[in-house]
Amino acid sequence: MIALVDYKAGNLTSVRKALGTLGAAFFTPESSAELEGVDGVIVPGVGHFSSTAHLDAGWRQAIEGRVLAGVPLLGICVGMQWLFEGSEESPDCPGLGVLPGHCTRLAGNQAAGVKVPHVGWNALVPPAGASSRLLAGVAPGAQVYFTHSYAGPVTNDCVAATTHGTETFSAAVERGKVFGVQFHPEKSSDVGLRILTNFLEVCR
Amino acid sequence: MLSKRVIACMDVRDGQVVKGVQFQDLRHAGDPAELAKRYNVEGIDEVVVLDITATLEGRRTLADTVRAVAAEIFLPLAVGGGIRSESDAATVIEAGADKVSLNTAALKQPELITALANRYGSQAVIVAIDAKRHDDRFAVYVRSGSTDAARDAVEWAREAEARGAGEILLTSMDRDGTKSGFDCALTAAVSRAVNIPVIASGGAGGVEHFVDVFTDGCADAALAASIFHYAESSVHELKVHLRDHGIPVRL
Repeated sequence: MIALVDYKAGNLTSVRKALGTLGAAFFTPESSAELEGVDGVIVPGVGHFSSTAHLDAGWRQAIEGRVLAGVPLLGICVGMQWLFEGSEESPDCPGLGVLPGHCTRLAGNQAAGVKVPHVGWNALVPPAGASSRLLAGVAPGAQVYFTHSYAGPVTNDCVAATTHGTETFSAAVERGKVFGVQFHPEKSSDVGLRILTNFLEVCR
Repeated sequence: MLSKRVIACMDVRDGQVVKGVQFQDLRHAGDPAELAKRYNVEGIDEVVVLDITATLEGRRTLADTVRAVAAEIFLPLAVGGGIRSESDAATVIEAGADKVSLNTAALKQPELITALANRYGSQAVIVAIDAKRHDDRFAVYVRSGSTDAARDAVEWAREAEARGAGEILLTSMDRDGTKSGFDCALTAAVSRAVNIPVIASGGAGGVEHFVDVFTDGCADAALAASIFHYAESSVHELKVHLRDHGIPVRL
């Protein structure tokens, strides 16, 4: 059973639809206590980093507890940014901090037509030598759908980087069973469904 | 590198896809869910559903249409037409829309842009601008293109961005339905003036028009309806053509 964490940051309709299509059993927990015994946790999200403040101490402890117990965790978009220590978007609101680094705003370059937010389909480029369970079967250069203005740094946890203009950021991260994707797999056609399937496999 | 998006638009009336020429003479083009299913496999990057139903009863079917379309695609889905309040937006978002497109309502009550951006994020808010050439300027029209809003398209796009819009959907009324090509001058003027993506619309007739709007027009995305509905142009062939002209696309 997968827990889909709803912290009121926009709509979960697309993620629900994708999980349902893939045959996953999932629910939206009413309280952090309901995370006990789940096989996987997904923290989705579109919107502002500050909305993660809804995930209070109780939620943070429960999610960290699941991570320590070896339960797979997937953060999507703002949910991935929340895995880092924090974000420039909301400096007073700490991230979960299971990954080192801080998220920063994409600068863009209006004169060169490089716009922010970064909206649209862009390529996943795995760093040399990276191996990833999340991206198994996904061809290097495969494109996925992004919509965001802030992004996480390319660190040792990065399993796919993406470049917008001249800026390169982490599109997918993986550390043990902690996974994050800056893009929206639920809106990324077959490639996105493959990535969600890979996460569900790890949860088995 | 960020790909240029090719977007398929469905104008929907009473739950059925129709397509007009210069906002009139609608003709039947099919079932929205069937078309969406085709787009999902053909390589369309995004789908827009525009409700052009005039009646209140018809509008109630929009949520059903959105649900049916959303069930067929794992692509971004934007919905517009007659969205006048937060509750109208909530209805289509809960039905499966990722973005809402505001047009007349955004001009009448621009605070709605900000309210929706605060609630759902800017990425969920498109401001649609219908523009018509007036000499060397571009005038904004509202109420399905029937009323001159006495606003300049470039200036209004800038204000929409400042108020929280995440994208601009820019339709040339002069070109809409004519298949004579996008209005590149209009698109470039707006695209250069804002730092958010601009979707060009109106006039798509062939692959060359897409090359033009992505180069001369500085468009971030280009939208067409009828050429995709009637399968006059294969999405794959279009994208190969764009790639061969050095334009980044998802293939």
